Amino acid sequence: MKTLQELEEIRKRTLETMNLRKESEGTRIVVGMATCGIAAGARPVLLKIMEEVEKRNLSGVTVAQTGCIGLCQLEPIVEVYKPGQEKVTYVKMTPEAAARVVAEHIVNDQVVLEQTVGRFQV
Amino acid sequence: MEEISLHVLDVVQNSLNAGAALIHIEVDEQEQADTLTVRVADDGSGMPPEFVAKVTDPFVTTRTTRKVGLGLPLFMQGAKAADGDFSIQSEVGKGTRLCATYRRSHIDRQPVGDMAGTVQTLVLCNPDTDFVYTRRFNDRSFTLDTRELRRALGSEVPLNAPEVQAWIRDYLIEGEKGLLEVSDR
Repeated sequence: MKTLQELEEIRKRTLETMNLRKESEGTRIVVGMATCGIAAGARPVLLKIMEEVEKRNLSGVTVAQTGCIGLCQLEPIVEVYKPGQEKVTYVKMTPEAAARVVAEHIVNDQVVLEQTVGRFQV
Repeated sequence: MEEISLHVLDVVQNSLNAGAALIHIEVDEQEQADTLTVRVADDGSGMPPEFVAKVTDPFVTTRTTRKVGLGLPLFMQGAKAADGDFSIQSEVGKGTRLCATYRRSHIDRQPVGDMAGTVQTLVLCNPDTDFVYTRRFNDRSFTLDTRELRRALGSEVPLNAPEVQAWIRDYLIEGEKGLLEVSDR
């Protein structure tokens, strides 16, 4: 059974690693979560990203949501902002593609080209 | 939308856009009364009566990208299709309360779906907003109150820290399971 005591242990552990994190500016992963995004399956995509970030113990990565980006037909949409790099917009995302983006783009700096908006929009 | 939990995720965005600091979410299933009730209440900016009156019209929205807003109309449609009802009460400066009811056994009643996923998503994406989520099944219930978590975590550790997220997910899944096990007997 999950208890609040566990949270206090998590607090201690997190505080120890947090100072390291502040030094580098972080990566932001933003998921479109308006009606269109949610209906297209944004929630499992977002939760998969979070799961991968946690599993890989990535520090300095924040996952956030935004409203309608204006390309509802291409939802679920995920935008990746890496410090010092141009924004990358991924479209028609799935949990599987989300796991790939974390492994290839966030960790290894290789943009997953075939999932980007440029490949879908003429 | 395939699940009630997705409607909840969607309408809570309205609460967040209204600047809510505390949002209550409740999903209540009663087998004897054959009802399923979903309530969302926030302390956001509220809406004036003339806006409340037309807010379930798909051609009314506060979004700026387009002239249609389908969040509330779709939620309402789901409830009405299952012999239920849908109501919104709001007061400017006080907040908004929304209530959707369903006849639980109705063939067209949408599944509740992954409420744990919805609540986890909301907390993850809005670590500075407080959520009180209550799930009831007959006389059993469990609650996740982010204000309690915040007290345990202190001010330095945010609710969207990965390890905290994992705890929240497990807590929600365990809680839901506990309710359903009782109902199987």
